[in-house]
Amino acid sequence: MALSEAQLDGAEPERPERSGVELSGAEIVVQALADEGVEFVFGYPGGAVLHIYDALFRQESVKHILVRHEQGASHAADGYARATGKCGVCLVTSGPGATNAVTGIATAYMDSIPMVVLTGQVPTPVIGSDAFQEVDTVGITRPCVKHNFLVKDVRDLAVTIRKAFYIAMSGRPGPVVVDIPKDVTDPNIKIPYDYPRDVKMRSYNPVLKGHPGQIRKAVDLIIQAKRPVFYTGGGVVLGEASAQLTDFVRMTGFPVTSTLMGLGAYPMTDPQFIGMLGMHGTYEANMAMHETDVLIAIGARFDDRVTGKIEHFCPHAKIIHVDVDPSSISKNVKVHVPIVGQVANVLSDMIKLYRELAPRRDEHPVADWWSKIAEWRAVDCMRYDRNSTAIKPQFAVETLYKVTGGDLYLTSDVGQHQMFAAQFYPFDKPRRWINSGGLGTMGFGLPAAMGVQLAFPDAQVACISGEASILMCIQELATCLQYGLPVKIILLNNGYMGMVRQWQEFFYESRYSNSYVDALPDFVKLAESFGHVGMRVDQPADLEAAMTEAFAMKNRLVFMDVIVDPTENVYPMIAAGKGHHEMQLAPSLSDRELA
Amino acid sequence: MRHIIAVLLENEAGALSRVAGLFSARGYNIESLTVAPTDDPTLSRMTLVTTGNDDVVEQIKKQLNKLIDTVKLLDLSEGPHIEREMMLIKVRAERQDREELKRLTEIFRAKIIDVTDTSYVIELTGASKKLDAFIGAVPEGLIVEVVRSGPTGISRGDKGLTI
Repeated sequence: MALSEAQLDGAEPERPERSGVELSGAEIVVQALADEGVEFVFGYPGGAVLHIYDALFRQESVKHILVRHEQGASHAADGYARATGKCGVCLVTSGPGATNAVTGIATAYMDSIPMVVLTGQVPTPVIGSDAFQEVDTVGITRPCVKHNFLVKDVRDLAVTIRKAFYIAMSGRPGPVVVDIPKDVTDPNIKIPYDYPRDVKMRSYNPVLKGHPGQIRKAVDLIIQAKRPVFYTGGGVVLGEASAQLTDFVRMTGFPVTSTLMGLGAYPMTDPQFIGMLGMHGTYEANMAMHETDVLIAIGARFDDRVTGKIEHFCPHAKIIHVDVDPSSISKNVKVHVPIVGQVANVLSDMIKLYRELAPRRDEHPVADWWSKIAEWRAVDCMRYDRNSTAIKPQFAVETLYKVTGGDLYLTSDVGQHQMFAAQFYPFDKPRRWINSGGLGTMGFGLPAAMGVQLAFPDAQVACISGEASILMCIQELATCLQYGLPVKIILLNNGYMGMVRQWQEFFYESRYSNSYVDALPDFVKLAESFGHVGMRVDQPADLEAAMTEAFAMKNRLVFMDVIVDPTENVYPMIAAGKGHHEMQLAPSLSDRELA
Repeated sequence: MRHIIAVLLENEAGALSRVAGLFSARGYNIESLTVAPTDDPTLSRMTLVTTGNDDVVEQIKKQLNKLIDTVKLLDLSEGPHIEREMMLIKVRAERQDREELKRLTEIFRAKIIDVTDTSYVIELTGASKKLDAFIGAVPEGLIVEVVRSGPTGISRGDKGLTI
């Protein structure tokens, strides 16, 4: 694409003071990232992005992290975003570069993670001709992005990138793809650079404040509640509303439960926290959901793993739902008081009103409700065999908590280990528990941990995984070596795809179809061959000392192959199609105890 | 229930496929969809007809609004509105059928816009039901081809769906 001088002059608006330099499209991409304050770009070079890589080479403000597979790039950018609250950025080439990144994009989309993904595209004149490494990236990613763009003109590049960051970070966050044909980044076509500071879009105006009338209705319900529960989700973390939530929960004295994605938004070691809810939630949380009369849902989306069978969901409750995304409200469960707005704002407004309206009383407003909850708690639904001669996965997570003093960024892959971590590692801060909740992407944990460790080089960062999940992005061990990322990998190795095996045991009469992982590598040697430290532990008595040793190696990646009981199952469990009150507890907890 | 929804969209490449993709990805019914630019060349107006219970239609409207390209949306079925669809229908018109079809055309206030020795092309505009009725009234076996635009609509009164 050749742009005439006249065309370029015509397109140039009056410029603010800081701009005016002539830049090529490739340089604009890199300068725009610098102007956005981007620290890291996770990527992998290829033909269609070579101009951009050349521009990256000639500057120092944006650091490029070379992954070993584009899926790793999108997960790493995602992990970085989850831990920091900033926008993750990745850069991949056209065709396979883009398709490899798609799993990571879909992962971020399902969990509403802000991310800008720059993809190379074949030059505009050959788009649609099945050119080498051509795919319809905008078409392929359309269903798994918040929005996407194809930039056909270098003059649109800066404003499009600005829009991409704005869309990714505002409202309900999400990934945005910017597809850039190679000719748009041509180093020989230079135009004056002007990065727009503000962006206005008539078609996109996220709601900030909640409706005062609705907030009033909600607070009235809250004040009258006899058996209330706060049900909080990832939206509290994403909306930076942890402090407001904690204040409000403490002010009301109500119990609070959280989804998998919301863990840490309210301190999990606090007595008002009654555990995670849903399929593998606690007995007390799920029973409280079943009995509650006022459910206060905040930044949660009534996912099927949380609600169980919709017909049995909170049968006695009036439901208040606060969410920034109107389409999340009454999507799966019809609610009585919908409030659209940013969670932090709405919570602040609720707190203010509650202070005004709530009657002063001497007795605890919901003392009877708490005694009921205490009975459910007494069931001790997370109990497991502490005298086992094999390492129980629950014990491994508890040991991890002990060794790290609760001060850890923990990323996870997907399966039993993910659930054990969620159940047995109480997070007291948001953005510490990083996992693929919506899409359930195996292979997420290790690259996500790289993004976290880069953001916080001095923090303790661990990835809990299984021997099946870890192999899905194992190549990123090389990236960790290149950038000196001392992630600790806690591999709960049971020789099975544990969650698959558990379902086959429960629902397929123990026909373990393809869930046994035969021919595993020697993980200790594998870690060593990548230049890291490998450790194997198979005795419960050795675990704490080994973990302590691993975390003492501040500058090394340590891969701990922890051999755990292969038959352990995740309890409690609500089978698909059952209600909250139909939980299945561990076999050692008899039915009598539940009466 | 049947709903007719008008949407103002940014006139961007791919806006239409975002809407079509939304309906297929979420399993919503879509009976028809028409789209064309408006007097403002940066805006397209889309009219789509869908069916579903109140909850489903509510969710459809929310999801449409959520699309970044959606500027404004109005469910025309919620108020008094006018709905029009255009149909071109090619019929075999020979011997006594020619007179019969001409009469039918007059009754429906349609127009014959192409004539050969053996055929007519008839143009008819109206509510979708009127078009259905015309098709039903054409004697059996005479229809060669039917092309319908899908309904478009506009609300009654002085208020407009504009930005």
